[in-house]
Parts: sequence; C-alpha cells; structure tokens
Amino acid sequence: MNPNLTRVTGFVGFALLVVLVFLLPEWISTFRAQQFAYVGIYLIALLGLNILTGYTGQISLGHGAFMAIGGYTTALLMAGNEQFGQEGLLGIGGGMKDVWTIPIAGLVAGLFGLAFGLPALRLSGLYLALATFAIAVALPSVVKRFEEFSGGGSGVNLFGLPELTAGIIPVDIAGRELVFNDWLYYLCWSIALVLFGIAWLILRGRTGRAFRAVRDSETAAVSSGVSLAHYKTLAFGISAAYAGVAGSLFAIATTFVNPDTFPIALSIFLLVGVVVGGLGGLSGLVVGAIFIQFLPLWAQGEGVASRLPGFIVDRTKEPGAPAIIYGIVLILLMFFLPNGVGGLFRRAGQTLTRWRYSRSG
Amino acid sequence: MALLSVRDVTLRFGGIVALDGVSFDVQEGHISGLIGPNGAGKTTAFNVITRLYKPDSGAVDLDGESILRAPPHRIVQKGIARTFQNIQLFRTMSVLENVLVGAHGRGRKVGETEALEVLDVVGLKERAHFPAAALPYGIQKRVELARALVAKPRLLLLDEPAGGLNHEEVAELGVFVRRLRDDLELTILLVEHHMNLVMSISDHVNVLSFGRKIADGAPAQVRADPAVIEAYLGSEEEDGEQASDSSQPVAPANEPPDEDERA
Ligand SMILES: Nc1ncnc2c1ncn2[C@@H]1O[C@H](COP(=O)(O)OP(=O)(O)O)[C@@H](O)[C@H]1O
Ligand SMILES: [Mg+2]
Repeated sequence: MNPNLTRVTGFVGFALLVVLVFLLPEWISTFRAQQFAYVGIYLIALLGLNILTGYTGQISLGHGAFMAIGGYTTALLMAGNEQFGQEGLLGIGGGMKDVWTIPIAGLVAGLFGLAFGLPALRLSGLYLALATFAIAVALPSVVKRFEEFSGGGSGVNLFGLPELTAGIIPVDIAGRELVFNDWLYYLCWSIALVLFGIAWLILRGRTGRAFRAVRDSETAAVSSGVSLAHYKTLAFGISAAYAGVAGSLFAIATTFVNPDTFPIALSIFLLVGVVVGGLGGLSGLVVGAIFIQFLPLWAQGEGVASRLPGFIVDRTKEPGAPAIIYGIVLILLMFFLPNGVGGLFRRAGQTLTRWRYSRSG
Repeated sequence: MALLSVRDVTLRFGGIVALDGVSFDVQEGHISGLIGPNGAGKTTAFNVITRLYKPDSGAVDLDGESILRAPPHRIVQKGIARTFQNIQLFRTMSVLENVLVGAHGRGRKVGETEALEVLDVVGLKERAHFPAAALPYGIQKRVELARALVAKPRLLLLDEPAGGLNHEEVAELGVFVRRLRDDLELTILLVEHHMNLVMSISDHVNVLSFGRKIADGAPAQVRADPAVIEAYLGSEEEDGEQASDSSQPVAPANEPPDEDERA
C-alpha cells in the first residue's frame, strides 16, 4: 500500500532479476540458453501487449501479426528480397547487420500499430478482439499473396548469412567468446530488460495513469481531459513496437521466417501469457513468458502424462496428452491465481507491509 | 454576461426528447440549482455542457464562446469540471492517482504536492494511498469532487453530490459547497434532489420537467411557483421517495419518510 515501499521492493526485485539474468548462462547449457532467449523475446511481446490490454483495456488477439511485421522487417533488411524477383521501389537489397534491424523492426511495427489503432478507436470489447484476430488470420495469406516481396510460403532464410552476428564464428564480447546461443541469450535479455525499464517509466507517470483511466472509466477520463483517441492509439503504437522488436529477435533466433513462424496460436499464447502474468502489472510477466516457453515443452516431456490418471489422459494416445495437460494447468492457474502471478506478488507485498508495520509499531 | 449560457438546446434519444428547447444562464460566482423530477433531463444537460453528448440543436457558450466545437476532452481545459451522479472513479487506482488524473488537462506541471493539497480541502489527505474502490460511497463522492477541483475549473458541475448522505452530512455539504465557491471563486451548477440543500445555498434555481424548463428564479420564487409544485406532485407516484426529503412546500405533504429517518 505504501507507494515508497512498493517502489523499493520493485527496484530490489528488478536488480535481482538483472543479476540472475546475467549469471544464468554460467549454470545452464547453451541449448537451454537458447530456450531462455525465447523467454526474453516473449517477455518483450508481453510487456507490449500488457500496455495495450492490461493497462489500457483494449484486447488484442492478433499481436502475433505485429511480431510477424517485425520479424519480416528484420529478415528482409538482412537477406533482401531481390532473390525473390522484387525490383524497383519495393526492392530491398539486404545486407544490414542483424542488430541494426531490431530498432527499425520496432519502428515499422509501431507505425502499423498506430495505423491500426486509429480505425480500432471505433471498436471496443469483443469487436476489437475480433478485428485484431482478423489481422492475425489474414496475415499469412497476405504474405503469400505478395510472394515477390516477402518470399511467399517458403519464407526468408537467414541461416549462415554473414549479417547474423555469431552465426558463423563466435563473437567476442568484453573478452568473452560467445557462441550463437549464448550471444542470442544476452542480446534478447539486454533488450528485454531495457524495454522493461522503459515500460516502467512510461507507465508510472502521467501517460500510464491516462492509460489506466481510459480502462477504468472512459467517461471520467474524457471529463478529466484525457483524449481517448490519443491514448488508445498511442497504446496500440507502443504495444506494436514492442511486438515488432520481439518479432525481430524471433526471426534472428530461428534464423528463418515464413508465414507459419507467426501462427494464430502465437497470438493466443501471448494473451494467455499476459493473463497468467497478471493484467496491469509488469513483474509477473516474467513468469508469463516462462509459462509460454516452457509449459508446452514440459507438457510434452516424458513421464508427465503417464503420472496422470487414465481417465484424463489416454496413455495409448500420447500425442493428445500435452494439450490436455496444458489446458488443465491453465484452468488450475486461473482458479488459484485469478489475478495472475502479478496478483500473487501484490498480495505477498501487502502481507510483507502489514508484517513490517505490525512489528515496528 | 453569464459565465455559462445554454440556448434552446434540444436533444433526442430515439423517440425520447430528453431536452426540449432548454435555455438557462449561470452567472459568474453564483451557485445555481438545477432541479426537477427523475428523468427530467438534468444529467443529460450536464452531459451536453461537458460535450459527452452533442445536442441536436441549440448553443452552449462559456464566457461568450461556443464550446460545441471543442472535442470533449478539451472541455475541462476550458474551465468546466464535473462529478457524476453514478460514481465514475478510476477503480483500480489510489485516491491520489484519481486526483492526479483529474489534473491531466493542466499538463505535467501538477504534481503530488498539489494533489495532496486538494485532498486536504475535501478532508481525504490521510486516505491518499487508499485504493479508491475500497472506500465507502460517500467518501468516493468526495474523491470525485477532489478530482474535479484539481483541474482548477471556473465552473463546477455537481450531479447529486448529496446522494447517499444522511441529514447531518447533507447540512455539512451545504456549508462546504458555499465555502468552496467563496474560497476558490468558483461558479457552481448543482443538480440535487435534497430541496432543503438546493434552496438554502442557491442564488438562482432552474427547474426542468420532462426535458423542458418550467421555471427559474430566486429559490423563494421558484418554491412558490405553481408549475413547479405541480411537476413534483405529478411525479410523486414514480419517485416520491427521491423527490425531496424536506418539508418545503415543493415537497408533497404526504411523502413517505426519508430513508435515513427510518433507519
Ligand atoms: N444515453 C441515453 N440513451 C437513451 N436515453 C437516455 C440517455 N440518457 C438519458 N436518457 C433519457 O433521457 C431522459 C432524461 O434523463 P436524465 O438526464 O438522466 O434525467 P435526470 O438526471 O433529470 O434524472 C430520461 O428519459 C432518460 O431515460
Ligand atoms: Mg440524473
């Protein structure tokens, strides 16, 4: 409750996260490091989606599409599209180093977000959810339709390109030699932590309050001088820019993009991650990102299904089991943590505050 | 010249004529009452003045300048702030944050210090870090008032501020509203069902009934107006309990006892 105490615990928590992120590769294999790089990528996308959905109250079921825009921006800037026969105005020569494409991908996706945010002003609730879903549904077909520009269904390959840092030979950072997976891990997490800080800065002040005001009461927000059009579009823009950066890193991490790299399911998983992490909070999103990356892997793992009773999971039909387990875990989580992991953090914080106060006085 | 001038404003919702050629003025420095039975169009009038609704015809001028072309979020910058009949707080925010949003139209220069000062004015400084939604109804109304005051309006619109208050609190509210007007040099337009309150603190009273203005003038004059008495008597069936809690002539003599008297 005490805002100063909340701020201090926030800083301490964030510092611990930074230290943990920095040290983690020491303890895990490079294979695991790659998996954790994806956690960083999902965290970036979740931060963006939560600004839109958690803070401003606008549901997006199509954030995978903004990731795709970022991913394709990076892929085309690195590999170019002249190989597909594109010439003239929309011809992209490629040859850009991967790291430089990342901010551009964020910018391009952000502009798309703003452009979509304007017409979306007329929609709210379920209608907005459907409109954003429609983008995610339509995007793969659009990519395939403009084959000369995008490489169509067969996608854009980045593997082995010299533009890929640490792709061919390990990279030397501050005296340490990093192989691709470790480099990827540090790249994704550095950006994720910086974007975490930026999100915190945006949300703590006047802009963040305006976002939440729009979510809590549009009528009162307007009467307090908050322009709905301005803040809703801004939230869309920022949110899409985050997704664009995430998509860019996704393309670098997978060294390949095609329409199926960013399926509709990705958009849904992002929304699941935000809800699990806690709408309208930042710290829980780390857990949301871990959830997106590792729960499907864990559910597929050997032994998990066999430990469940036969009436839930038919052991003779193993392939169906992971989805069922995923569903069960999700339902249990929503049941026991209706406000997501962030809600749990908040409650723990409040208990701590009470305990401190009751001891000191 | 009047600070606020409403001219021939008409607003229809489908078949309902919520406002039917309504005109009235609010003089600078006045507390003006806006009364009328339930459904008379009082809240709708507030919504027109704050640009949440666009009238089908008519004009609304603040200080001689039309406000109908300004976008709704600019109204507070022009100097009109309001509270709501059905509380519209930012429910996930603390009391202080609610007030800070109220200062949004004034830009970045308004900080926590000023917000806390305003909370002090409404007697809520100690509750600044409380979640707004967890407070009792009457306190929430005060949070709304602080949120409106921090915008430094010239004209303050209060939509039934006494709702949910007991007799003593209503009396205190009357004193408080007058003090606000005097100390902050405000002009206040007050919608209220508590006749005693309106009649005792208003400089001027406008009466609406079924979307039309049926009377206006000094409180004593309006209270004695046959059209006003008729409007309130006629609506007794639907909202006798809401109509008034006073023994003023405006209120029907056989009204049921007030909520809190029974309690
Ligand atoms: N948004 C709306 N849509 C349709 N009808 C409305 C709306 N707002 C108000 N009305 C109607 O307009 C009339 C006046 O309502 P209102 O201004 O709320 O009355 P009062 O505040 O005087 O009790 C009522 O008949 C009400 O049903
Ligand atoms: Mg009303």
